[in-house]
Amino acid sequence: MTLLSATGLNASLGTRKVLHDISLSLAAGHLVALVGPNGAGKTTLLRALAGLIPSSGEIRIGGDALARLPLRERAKRFAYLPQGHMVHWPLPSRDIVALGRYPHGATDPARLSQKDVEAVLRAMQAVDVTAFADRRVTELSGGERSRVALARVLAVEAPVILADEPTASLDPRHQIDVMQKLRNVADTGVLVVVVTHDLGLAARFADDVLVLSEGRLAAQGAPRDALSEAVMADVFRISAYRAEYQREAVIVPWADA
Amino acid sequence: MSVQDFALASEVAARRRWGATAALAALAVLLALISLGIGPVRLSPLAVTEALFGGGSDVAQVIVREIRLPRTILAFAIGGILGLSGAALQGLLRNPLASPSLFGAPQSAAFGAVLVISLGLADVRSYALPVVAIVAAFGSVFALLAIAGRNAGLLILILAGLAISSFAGAATALVMNLSSNPFVVLEIAFWLLGSLEDRSFQHVALALPFIVAGAVILLSQASAFRALTLGEEAAQSLGVDIGRLRLLVITGVALGVGGAVAVTGTIGFIGLVAPHLMRPVIGHDPARLLVPSALAGSALLLAADIAVRIIPSTSDIKVGVLTSIIGVPFFLYLIMRERRALGGGVA
Repeated sequence: MTLLSATGLNASLGTRKVLHDISLSLAAGHLVALVGPNGAGKTTLLRALAGLIPSSGEIRIGGDALARLPLRERAKRFAYLPQGHMVHWPLPSRDIVALGRYPHGATDPARLSQKDVEAVLRAMQAVDVTAFADRRVTELSGGERSRVALARVLAVEAPVILADEPTASLDPRHQIDVMQKLRNVADTGVLVVVVTHDLGLAARFADDVLVLSEGRLAAQGAPRDALSEAVMADVFRISAYRAEYQREAVIVPWADA
Repeated sequence: MSVQDFALASEVAARRRWGATAALAALAVLLALISLGIGPVRLSPLAVTEALFGGGSDVAQVIVREIRLPRTILAFAIGGILGLSGAALQGLLRNPLASPSLFGAPQSAAFGAVLVISLGLADVRSYALPVVAIVAAFGSVFALLAIAGRNAGLLILILAGLAISSFAGAATALVMNLSSNPFVVLEIAFWLLGSLEDRSFQHVALALPFIVAGAVILLSQASAFRALTLGEEAAQSLGVDIGRLRLLVITGVALGVGGAVAVTGTIGFIGLVAPHLMRPVIGHDPARLLVPSALAGSALLLAADIAVRIIPSTSDIKVGVLTSIIGVPFFLYLIMRERRALGGGVA
């Protein structure tokens, strides 16, 4: 069932046109990987889908036109994780996660309703960060901080999660952990869109892959189809070693040095 | 961790913050009473309280209620709005070095006021003065944020602030330069130094409405500053209208700073110092810092205004001079602490 769709989406940054006529339709309960070379427009597409930047064309979310939804309502439907897990002030992790309840009217972490506290705790337990609830985010390691950022996004309990490179700058173990957590969330019926440069992770965890190239959708579909030899060669200018390990698809990007 | 544990931990932290805020409020009130007692006739805080509520001698009543009360009210309100403006700008820009005076807001407001005075456009006690000062302050903060753009780094903000305050200073100098009346020039020069001396209830009526309006606007945006901890994009995705927020903060700061400058001249660095003094006590949450920073600003300006009256000197020291003398070394210390971020290049 389609939860989020876009028709004829165009967007510009300044005078440069970044997205050209993108149409897509994404289903609830799917983990969608958004891949493409640097500068292909992945982040712009994610922002446009969340309504964070102006775009032309139509975006529909759960039957409603995004353009007609007020800001507060959009915030309840999209949980957005920006690149870099930025936190500007050294607040305790619990306060950061509690900000996920902001769209629901809980703007003060010291005065959460029972319902909000439960949502925050559920989110913290899902990514296993309750142990450092009272520690400042600035004192955490990169892996721990990325999990706190993820918990903040989960605490929104939105039907759509848009995550921009949630695995960037994490070690292999943490990358797999984060993708597995997002996979688990998708399995509960949430639509999760993940921007990633790691084609291996995309092939292993995603239901669908969207390949973006110079602002256009070059391919979309199941990982096997969307990440075909032809797409690899045309879009990424690489080939790939393909195998299966423990019954999961493995892709190792390869280019002659 | 259970729901109860979670709630309990929040409550403990909240109680500590409330305690600190209450203590600060008590300090500000005490300083206000001392301020009312200082002058050619010294009165104890007890005598001051008595006179305030209509007791004591007639002379004491006149001294406290009519001569000194306006000065104390202005010190309290202006210190408060400067502290609040600093905390709000730091929250908006996620930057501990943001403050009205570093961004040239008081200097620009002063330029507006000086222009009105020297051109003889309006009487010094008319509402034209604060209104022009507010418009000038609004223009300067607006220009700064427009130049700095979204997600501005420290370096850009400080360079742009330097340029704007230098420009406002130069424009003020030009006005004085072109003025044909040397007495007006001298008066403006002293007024620019920033002082609370000999202020009447007329001055209070001139400044207070704008200061209160500015404070209400800034305080109403508290939770948006907290959401901004995650950056502009994430805050926007949580439902914060960033464009509207910026405009409201600029308006609030301009109303407060413009209103304050119109009656006292430029008093710098309180907006920078107050939030910093509060962070170790209250924590870094920009929403919770607003009220304590305002109280700390009040306490700082009241203390500075007491100090200029008891420091022995042949001519009286202006309070704006004192706050800058204390504020600039503090600013240098902050730059040293932020050296790594500043050295990080043009962000």
